[in-house]
Amino acid sequence: MEIIDILLAASFWEAAIRIATPLIFGVLGALVCERAGVLNLGIEGIFTAGAMAGWMAVWLGAGLWAGVLVAALAGAFFGLIHAILTVPLGLSQHVSGIGVTLLATSLSYFTYRTALPDVSSPPRIEPFRPLDIPFLSDLPFIGQALFSQTAMTMLALVLVFVTGWVLYRTPLGLAIRAVGDNPSSVEAQGLSVYGLRIGAVVVGSSLMALGGAFLTMSAFDAFFFGMINGRGWVCIALTVFASWRPGKALIGALLFGAFDAFQVRLQTEVGAFLPSQVFLMMPYILSIIALIVVARKADYPKALLVPWFKGQR
Amino acid sequence: MSSAAQTSQQTSQDLLLALAGITKRFGPLIANDAIDLTVHKGEIVALLGENGAGKTTLMNILFGHYVADEGTVTVAARDGNLEQLEPGAPQAALDAGIGMVHQHFTLAENLTGLDNIVLGTEPIFRLRRDRTKARAKLAELMAGSGLNVDLDQPVHKLTVGEKQRVEILKALYRDARLLVLDEPTAVLTPQEADSLFAVLRKLAQNGLAVIIIAHKLAEVLAVSHRIAVLRGGKKVGEMMTSDADHRSIAELMVGREVPVSRRIAREPGQPVLTLSDVTIDRGDSRRSLHGVSITAHEGEILGIAGVSGNGQAALAQLIAGLDKPDHGSVEIFGQKVEKFDAHQFAQNGIARIPEDRHHDGMVGSMTVAENIAIEDVRNAGYQKFGFLDFEAIRKRAEHAITDYDVRCPGPDAPARLLSGGNIQKLILARVLEKSPKLILANQPSRGLDVGAQSEVHRRLLEARQNGAAVILISEDLDELLTISDQIAVIHAGHITPAMATDTIDRSELGLMMAGQKKTHHAPTNQKTTTHSGETA
Repeated sequence: MEIIDILLAASFWEAAIRIATPLIFGVLGALVCERAGVLNLGIEGIFTAGAMAGWMAVWLGAGLWAGVLVAALAGAFFGLIHAILTVPLGLSQHVSGIGVTLLATSLSYFTYRTALPDVSSPPRIEPFRPLDIPFLSDLPFIGQALFSQTAMTMLALVLVFVTGWVLYRTPLGLAIRAVGDNPSSVEAQGLSVYGLRIGAVVVGSSLMALGGAFLTMSAFDAFFFGMINGRGWVCIALTVFASWRPGKALIGALLFGAFDAFQVRLQTEVGAFLPSQVFLMMPYILSIIALIVVARKADYPKALLVPWFKGQR
Repeated sequence: MSSAAQTSQQTSQDLLLALAGITKRFGPLIANDAIDLTVHKGEIVALLGENGAGKTTLMNILFGHYVADEGTVTVAARDGNLEQLEPGAPQAALDAGIGMVHQHFTLAENLTGLDNIVLGTEPIFRLRRDRTKARAKLAELMAGSGLNVDLDQPVHKLTVGEKQRVEILKALYRDARLLVLDEPTAVLTPQEADSLFAVLRKLAQNGLAVIIIAHKLAEVLAVSHRIAVLRGGKKVGEMMTSDADHRSIAELMVGREVPVSRRIAREPGQPVLTLSDVTIDRGDSRRSLHGVSITAHEGEILGIAGVSGNGQAALAQLIAGLDKPDHGSVEIFGQKVEKFDAHQFAQNGIARIPEDRHHDGMVGSMTVAENIAIEDVRNAGYQKFGFLDFEAIRKRAEHAITDYDVRCPGPDAPARLLSGGNIQKLILARVLEKSPKLILANQPSRGLDVGAQSEVHRRLLEARQNGAAVILISEDLDELLTISDQIAVIHAGHITPAMATDTIDRSELGLMMAGQKKTHHAPTNQKTTTHSGETA
């Protein structure tokens, strides 16, 4: 049966992991913000800003890793705007997040158009190359599926582990988990609620921006309008699917990546019978179904969306 | 109390905390007026006063949340020297060894007890957490105080009493020398309160100073060495507990004689509401009832005693017509209810005083007048040509404000500006003006001060005298024993048969509320109760 053949091919898993990579960055970023009690709907715009800023830095002559850093800083900038609006000022996290998405997206397009007023086809950069790790990349199956990805995919996988370690093994992670559940518990112990929340949103937003940067600097080699295409929103849903846990976030992102890689292959196999849009819908529909199954029992961080003001209980 | 005599002779070297001439003004309001208060090592001081007496302001000054306009806070440093505490610096208070247990716990429920205690006590940017030292120190603290609690459980799995223990351990872990507890027994069963007091006595013997903020008298008489009473921002009295009696303190707090509510003997009338073998299963014991049979009669107050979270919410929803039973039947005036509909229930004369008066009892952004009329806007009396008749609404509100002594700027003031006691009076006015047949009063005096509490009791007894049936859901044994004719105990969704109040032993009631013991009194005048809410 062809479906089995598809699933057993190393190239299928290589694609699944590649498609999952920006989502891994995005979900990690979203869960860091939400663990601290702040929903960050700026994610879609922050993805765009990261994609634009990282690509443009490299196009202007910076090294690839310098570009990654520029993308992270762009994310941190928009994260800081969202954090200031929602944490000390206590504005609606939904409204502020959507505002940040609109602002970051428009600013990115504006910057791109201003810098490149007359180009008809987007200029290309030299992106991250697939790794060629001695021995590991030559392993059968897993060598192609995992160890021939780019360095940014490796970075995403390492960050899953780092985020998990920080959240569950360090005093800082303890404080972040506490501030997302009951900010008063943190304040009563002499820690700064605002400091922790702003810090978490800024760092989380940088992670999101890396997801955008992966698209322009690793998956593709140029910046296009509309290239984020809802990936940020998918991350928000995957965060719930992951119950705010980095390990499950990885599984969720891989699952989505696998669905997406699968539908592309399925299109070529049975595409004659159905319009292509049906296949494009598939990963989203499957995500919604997975979300319904898992998220019904979701244990939201209790202080998520709840603004906290000093001296008020 | 022998230890009280001891502390009165304590020398100044045992002095731990001295507040001198503390004055705090908020605009024209004087919240604290030249208050002096001292606390010695090993002493338990009760700070008594009604809501708004200035207790919280005083403690906020102590903790550096507010800065006093006049006066000083002096704390004995660890080496014994008296030092003035830096005003307006919470960190300075923490460093000086002042620990606070708030009424609303400041615990993160998703973390374990241990994590909550250690939170913020270690450098935050570190690669690992080391818990061995913390565990050793806590084991020592627990052994020395009797504060036993499983610290590896997530806090949301702990009982209220256990959460409070975690809060106290949190303060002790930071080497607190003075522990301030704000209304510590408000959420506890009588048994839990007793064990808290045992812990506090032990801690005091070990040299800890304790301030208990309270407005319930019986409890502070049992545990404190000394009592200070605040009223209207002034300290109006201070005495050794051994010299104090219940009545005189109550009068000192309120500033006038407190009317004692008494039931006047009265024959109960017809059954108004009968629940027969009602089961509501929601998979969660807080929201479920199992085989409940109770009857409320005209002219009778039926008390439902129980620690909150044992099915009271399900009972209240059912009686208000907001939920329907899975099994069993509900009768109103002998008519079996077929359709469970809140409006229909209200039309049948069932009125409710909701548990959460701020959330379910009023709309904060609407005016006092609108809140009084809100349940009756469909009545022709409030309408003119199909529109609301604001003049009629205002008129009724003005009457209610006078009759029920609702202290507010006027009928047009937003209801959220009212204090808890006045909101409750507003709700009473709305409920009682309609002469309901049955009043469902869910925790009607929780959080109210002595004066407002006695007003609630007086009004409920008055309604009973006029022939209304009252179902009083409460955790407060004093309240239940004072005004109920019959008391049934609710535990884990089961309700015992009602017992005549005069036959009930207080401590037994406490045990039944904790679900430890079931003794069966013969149902007294429960004529219609054939099968009782048998529990396993």
